[in-house]
Amino acid sequence: MAKVTFDENRCKGCELCTTVCPAKIVVMDKDRINIKGYHPATVKEMDKCTGCASCARMCPDVVIKVEK
Amino acid sequence: MAVVFEKTRGLAEKPFHYCPGCTHGIIHRLVAESLDELNLIDDAIGVAPVGCAVFAYDYFNCDMQEAAHGRAPATATGIKRVHPKSAVFTYQGDGDLASIGAAEIVHAAMRGEKITTIFVNNAIYGMTGGQMAPTTLVGQKATTAPYGRDENHAGMPLRISEMLATIPKAVFVERVSVHDVKHIIQAKKAIKKAFQTQMEGKGFSLVEVVSTCPTNWGKTPIEALKWLQENMIPYYPLGNFRNTEEVK
Repeated sequence: MAKVTFDENRCKGCELCTTVCPAKIVVMDKDRINIKGYHPATVKEMDKCTGCASCARMCPDVVIKVEK
Repeated sequence: MAVVFEKTRGLAEKPFHYCPGCTHGIIHRLVAESLDELNLIDDAIGVAPVGCAVFAYDYFNCDMQEAAHGRAPATATGIKRVHPKSAVFTYQGDGDLASIGAAEIVHAAMRGEKITTIFVNNAIYGMTGGQMAPTTLVGQKATTAPYGRDENHAGMPLRISEMLATIPKAVFVERVSVHDVKHIIQAKKAIKKAFQTQMEGKGFSLVEVVSTCPTNWGKTPIEALKWLQENMIPYYPLGNFRNTEEVK
């Protein structure tokens, strides 16, 4: 069981994290906007996360923390 | 639960000012993580350039100095000679290093200054508004080359790593990319190796990171990474050009 947390207000909505997730569970949350005015990245199906940290390594703004 | 990945203590808390999807953020993190993992961050001294990374001094958790345009290697030379035990690095873009700073980088390498240069090559001037840089590819559009770079008028793009690799005291020269996770991991290895080379006192080290500028390329961050793979890497091949094993 792995867990990803997003420091949401650092997110700039570039979507690079969504392209590298092998489980394709990182998505942009189109229902919300963060303090910068972007749709932040999020994971809705956390049970599918393997904790590979690809999203965190791709993120240019160090938004993501991964625990396993 | 064990932490697999979190923000390194080598980076300060301040959020980056870079545009969405700009790879400067990834490269900052790799430098900070490398310095932290090598236990160099507490004594490290960085030199920030002029260009998009001009505020790099706000983002690293170590002492930083801002240099005049292109003169980071000269500033770093002085710092390293006064603080020989510190890891000293310059962080420079292509508009800074390959253009106005071309003489400084060549002579710092020629003297074998024991500094590490992180050279971010995104083939354009970012901060000033997307003008053509010495590294802009032939045919690539820029605000000062609206029909694309014409090699008969502006010459061919400058390959800095290949050029510096001809200098005997440039003992570690490698070109890496950050367009996917595999290459990001390889880039970090190269940056770590460059700092180790410096701390072993062997000579000058440089890591060129092929990078994107989604804003001035007029692409989304995802399209920009694809463009990098299709256009930048064929002209700027990745790989090691010098390493310490060759140096006696």
